[in-house]
Amino acid sequence: MNAISPAPRPKRLGLKERYAYLTRGLDWEPSYQPKEKIFPYTAYEGIRIHDWDKFEDPFRLTMDAYWKFQAEKERRLYAVIDSFAQNNGQMNVTDARYINALKIFLTAVSPLEYAAHRSYAHVGRHFEGVGPRIACQMQAIDELRHAQTQIHTISHFNKYFDGLHDPWHMHSRVWYLSVPKSFFEDAMSAGPFEFLTAISFSFEYVLTSLLFVPFMSGAAYNGDMATVTFGFSAQSDESRHMTLGLEIIKFMLEQDEANVPIVQKWIDKWFWRGYRLLSIVAMMMDYMLPKKIMSWQEAWEMYFEEGGGALFKDLARYGIRLPKYHEVATAEKDRYSHQAWSTFYQYNHAAAFHTWLPDEGEQAWMREKYPETFDRLYAPRYAWWAKEAAEGRRFANGTLPQICQVCQIPAFFTEPDDPTRISLRSCEHEGERYHFCSDGCRDIFLDEPEKYVQAWLPVSQIYMGNCGGATVPEVLDWYHINVGTDNRDYSGSPDEALWREWQAQKGRAA
Amino acid sequence: MPTVSIGEYRFAPADTVDKFHGNQLLTLLWDDHLMFCAPFCLPVPPDMPWEALTGEVLPQLYGQHPDWAAVDLDAAEWTLNDEPFLPVAGASLREMDIGHKSVLRFRTPGVVGLFGAHF
Repeated sequence: MNAISPAPRPKRLGLKERYAYLTRGLDWEPSYQPKEKIFPYTAYEGIRIHDWDKFEDPFRLTMDAYWKFQAEKERRLYAVIDSFAQNNGQMNVTDARYINALKIFLTAVSPLEYAAHRSYAHVGRHFEGVGPRIACQMQAIDELRHAQTQIHTISHFNKYFDGLHDPWHMHSRVWYLSVPKSFFEDAMSAGPFEFLTAISFSFEYVLTSLLFVPFMSGAAYNGDMATVTFGFSAQSDESRHMTLGLEIIKFMLEQDEANVPIVQKWIDKWFWRGYRLLSIVAMMMDYMLPKKIMSWQEAWEMYFEEGGGALFKDLARYGIRLPKYHEVATAEKDRYSHQAWSTFYQYNHAAAFHTWLPDEGEQAWMREKYPETFDRLYAPRYAWWAKEAAEGRRFANGTLPQICQVCQIPAFFTEPDDPTRISLRSCEHEGERYHFCSDGCRDIFLDEPEKYVQAWLPVSQIYMGNCGGATVPEVLDWYHINVGTDNRDYSGSPDEALWREWQAQKGRAA
Repeated sequence: MPTVSIGEYRFAPADTVDKFHGNQLLTLLWDDHLMFCAPFCLPVPPDMPWEALTGEVLPQLYGQHPDWAAVDLDAAEWTLNDEPFLPVAGASLREMDIGHKSVLRFRTPGVVGLFGAHF
């Protein structure tokens, strides 16, 4: 039966002992079926585990305590969400342009929270060791809760602002939402250890500060108390998730030396996948927050170059080095957000949110934050596009872009050593040609081409005739994007009209 | 390397030429003109003559750039799938081995975008 020693227990147990009694030795050794049939997924990735009990849970959270804490947090969170709705909290954001950052976050990330719920439930079932199994099961419930909270937020903002009416439908169809969708499906179709390296470690541990910190401080700076409260409520979950990420990496590395090259390969891959996904966050930080917190470049320096640098120094004793192409990411830090925003500006007619050109004050901020690149490369674009728009020729790109076979982002990135030259890469595999945005994405493809040759690429699918028709209006209709209300310039949009109406009301009331 | 998997892991490539109704995909990139944020991808008939590509398609794609009027395509330098490429007058894409998902990249010497920003 179980393995608890029959020695007499002391009356009062320390936290560690109490936790051990409540969580360990509760399994049984199967006798009707071989273990590898019950846990069919833990060996095939090549990760060798000798002792599952060596996995330490630093939080030592038992299931009964988990339910108690989460229920309490949930009560507090929904009280705030209700009062936000009753007090028209949406009227207190700095500017309705901010809502467009929220639209991207809610439509891109909420379906991923749900996908994360499914994935953690799956790996939680399939880990042999009780430590990682419980941690994954708790995270599965957390992720479901985050998805629900975000759906409530979508539901609230959807009453007032355009573009949030059908996020689940859009997630499987719209070109730029195919980026987060394919990212997560790549992770969830991997084995359990790669999945945890991808999401728990590379995304939630290494890169999460670049998503969560700017987003939550951005919300606070811009008066969005609903998102801030969600952030605080999710924060204690997130710190548990980050810890799972670090623990699973250390566990794999400590269990067997043969695991090191496998883990390194996954870190290389998922650092690059996650970093490319964050290009949209870079753009949100620099362009979409009316009140800015820090630039993408500053965030990269603080959270990756310093924070990540320290982490990888710590992991060096296991033989793990910094992820491949981290130096490319660092070289790109003064252009990333500008290139992404230029892309959405010119393809805005096919998106479910609004864009705009940065105003004088914002450009002054960018000039200060990006002294090497802004005036030389990006300010002239905005001057030209502003002039064109003023003369009735708002610039729009009417031809579909080449997108990357791996990250699915339009290939707008430039050479690491030359921000004026597009860094398109290609290769041939079994007689078919494939294109990539970077060496990082091409390496990922070359390592396992079978995974990416089948990719559902939005541009190809449109040309095949699988997306509602051959014309842009037909495709947008198939996306469920309402042309002229959900997209195009913020200036002149129904969102802006409503915002002005609210400001006028406030003025009259004052 | 093959994908590490629990069973056979083979999938047909999704974007083979047979799915594009007689067309093939062509990627076009005009260097030094970042007003167009990324290369274009478009379906073209394989028997399209070079002159139709340069005379009809390219002006449609790039015509709204003020540099386009100054472009002399005879002086342009081309690469096809990263190799130097010399177009043949009167030849079709197929005859010049411009196959499905080829990349035609070109630069126009002296015409390098607006404001010194390669824009």
